[in-house]
Amino acid sequence: MGAWQSYRLRLRRRRWRIRAFRKRRDLRPVANRTADIRPGDILLFSTQRNEGVRLPWFLKYYREMGVNHFFFVDNDSADGSLDYLARQPDVSVWTTRASYKRARFGVDWLNWLSMKYAHGHWILTVDPDELFLYPFCDTRPLRALTDWLDASSIKSFSAMLLDMYPKGRLDQQPYSAGQDPLEIASWFDAGNYTISRNGQLGNLWIQGGPRARVFFADDPAKAPALNKIPLVKWDRRYAYVSSTHNLLPRGLNQVYDEWGGEKASGILLHTKFLSTFAEKAEEELTRKQHYGASREYTAYAEAVRDNPDLWCKWSEKYINWRQLEILGLMSKGNWA
Amino acid sequence: MTVGIVMLVHTALNRAEEVARHWTRGGCPVVIHVDRIVPKPAFDAFVESLSDCPSILFSRRHRCEWGTWGLVAASQDAAELMLNRFEEVRHVYLASGACLPLRPVEELVEYLAMRPRTDFIESATTADVPWTVGGLDHERFTMYFPFSWRKHRYLFDRFVEFQRQIGFRRRVPKGLVPHMGSQWWCLTRQTLSAILQDPDRPKYDRYFRRVWIPDESYFQTLSRLYSTNIESRSLTLSKFDFQGKPHIFYDDHLQLLRRSDCFVARKIWPHAGRLYDAFLSEPNGTTSRQEPNPGKIDRIFAKAVDRRTRGRAGLYMQSRFPNLGWENGVTAGKYSVFQGFSELFQDFESWLARATGAQVHGHLFGPERAEFAGGQSVLNGALSDNAALRDYNPKAFLTNLLWNTRGERQCFQYGPHDNPKVLWDMSRDPNAQISVISGAWAVPLFKSNANFADIRTEAAALQKIENSMLDTLRSPDVKARIRIWSMAEFIEAPMEPLQVIIDEIGQKSLRRLAEAPRLEDLAGFGQFLQNLKNQGMHPYLMGDFPVDPGPRAAQSQRRKPYLVKH
Repeated sequence: MGAWQSYRLRLRRRRWRIRAFRKRRDLRPVANRTADIRPGDILLFSTQRNEGVRLPWFLKYYREMGVNHFFFVDNDSADGSLDYLARQPDVSVWTTRASYKRARFGVDWLNWLSMKYAHGHWILTVDPDELFLYPFCDTRPLRALTDWLDASSIKSFSAMLLDMYPKGRLDQQPYSAGQDPLEIASWFDAGNYTISRNGQLGNLWIQGGPRARVFFADDPAKAPALNKIPLVKWDRRYAYVSSTHNLLPRGLNQVYDEWGGEKASGILLHTKFLSTFAEKAEEELTRKQHYGASREYTAYAEAVRDNPDLWCKWSEKYINWRQLEILGLMSKGNWA
Repeated sequence: MTVGIVMLVHTALNRAEEVARHWTRGGCPVVIHVDRIVPKPAFDAFVESLSDCPSILFSRRHRCEWGTWGLVAASQDAAELMLNRFEEVRHVYLASGACLPLRPVEELVEYLAMRPRTDFIESATTADVPWTVGGLDHERFTMYFPFSWRKHRYLFDRFVEFQRQIGFRRRVPKGLVPHMGSQWWCLTRQTLSAILQDPDRPKYDRYFRRVWIPDESYFQTLSRLYSTNIESRSLTLSKFDFQGKPHIFYDDHLQLLRRSDCFVARKIWPHAGRLYDAFLSEPNGTTSRQEPNPGKIDRIFAKAVDRRTRGRAGLYMQSRFPNLGWENGVTAGKYSVFQGFSELFQDFESWLARATGAQVHGHLFGPERAEFAGGQSVLNGALSDNAALRDYNPKAFLTNLLWNTRGERQCFQYGPHDNPKVLWDMSRDPNAQISVISGAWAVPLFKSNANFADIRTEAAALQKIENSMLDTLRSPDVKARIRIWSMAEFIEAPMEPLQVIIDEIGQKSLRRLAEAPRLEDLAGFGQFLQNLKNQGMHPYLMGDFPVDPGPRAAQSQRRKPYLVKH
């Protein structure tokens, strides 16, 4: 990479950081417990809107994993989830009525909060429908992973988004609060992902899975990106660029090996496709607040009306992280 | 007689305390060296917490940065203190704060008592060890390293280069032969005191102070001068990854560590509570005299290093996306590609499946859809037969298919109608076996009921495409196993090449083929080609066919699926 391009990326990073700084005015604190954060704590960042039904399981899942403090940006929820979050002892929550889209789909808000509170911490940035898995997550807490990453001088950790879906129609099995969503959405596509490289930022661009197979079969180029880098040893000079797909400085996107080896990586189990989905898709369609003119949701809404069965004969049923490791969706790298 | 433990500690002081107490309970005196970066209050609290143990002493503190002299100085001071203050110590065992004794202390004491003259120190000459970080082996003894490898890597590398260029060499003190090995040793009082009380020690110290990573070479080299009996291995189980960083043990390694029968393991994750509980609890009486046997652990960690450096062949994923030429196998398994066969033979695909037991697909890269075996619309791994999805990234389609079906031989048809982009990838893949009967695309045209003008256009287009395909397959950098016959050549004696291909697939027993696929009826094909020629389109890829239905054509008409005797 030439000095000129490097300089341009630096400018771009500064632009995102300034933007995040300006967007801080969107956010109104509802519960700020950041004084409780101790050095070395692992922090989680998330935006949410009307996800009340998912939050109990979400919080339980990540508390057990070893997350010490949660940061939420609530985007104008009407289902009581804001109050619920404000009551939790390890949650700090901000609320806003500003446009999700104009905050670049929440990235600006979270960039600002992490710039202010997360310097020097490991942070996990996930949506309420994303469950993080890493190698040995059934026997080792998240701190074992971050300690190992620290010892290996690794600053960012990749976890591809793996779309989970139920067998049968999406509305067949209703999801209730506190339930493990994987009881319902327990199937996934094991081996239909395509990868290319983003030349400018250096990250991989992964597409495929059931969304490409069912919703974007005729226009695969528009299928949603599945590459994510949710776990980062944060520095206030860092900035997420587009969702958690990539970051600047671009060295943080180098989460893959180019010389034949495998780096360690995890998975984000994406439990979007539950009984709550159809309703959500309709709503997002009218709000038009999602990426790419909400074309994802346009595609969903059409298909969902027909027969939303994402399951096929070769769908794989989720067992554990070791299964995903064997299937080549994630890797232990040299962590043993 | 007993064993004295020297512990080098810099973090997780609470764990170090637990382990130190464990050693003293087993009757081993302990000298602890605490790194100078530990702040004074924390150090004082640590000393205070162990003040009830008279057999735990603290040595003079040094700053122990990785790869520097401080670690050696700390070991020297602590060992001196140990030898001076504890008369009954015969062996001194160097351990770190992250070391954990896996077997009862008594067993270690007994083991060493039975080997009173043996020094356990891994010590090999530089020429014989592969595990050096940064590619420096003998040069670490003959150069200067004023810059930190961790903090100023660039300057470190440049300075090494500079010294190489000007041919700079430090002189190794007379009588020393540089040896290297694990820094965790167990030496006898005799050897250790000889090293520490050597009149030449100031000279040696001065020399090693400037050597890179002296803690892996100081005692390893000097013990060679004095020891009468060196066992070149460490009693501490310690595995290193590809960067030379120690692997860490967690709770889930409990059974593995138990079965290893090693005396001490490092490095233990400080929060691995189950390990500390299990191994520091009172022993249950049964002592074993087994030799340490870290074989299984060795294999697991060797596998981890292999995964990190070479990865799984044919896998493309979020954390493995090799550059061109660095794949260690472009695809996950061997596969066969057939061009022209299903055109020339009536039932080629089902015949091939019977003859080889492999999964035989139709035209996987066909224009309509991916023709999976058995007409399936989705295949292993939820791979869709949708042509748009496939053509979005044909190479990924191929590598996915082979990854998903690994363990089962895949065969598929290919031809000038199909997506041409994937041919180049296949041609440079050593897993591919590509067999081409050139010109066989003319057979369906010959059989078709289309207007001759359309046939002529089509034939010209297909010939052009196939010709460029053959160019790709004949380029100098192909790695696939490629066989090309012209159609005329092939039908001369079809069974021979078929037998070769089938044998190479090698799925079933090496019987001769009992049954041949049925050749299409080619009576009049020569005339057909002549008609094309007459129209100005010269078909040349299929070789020479006589115009008149000569004896060969007549023969093939009568030919039954013929049998070859065993």
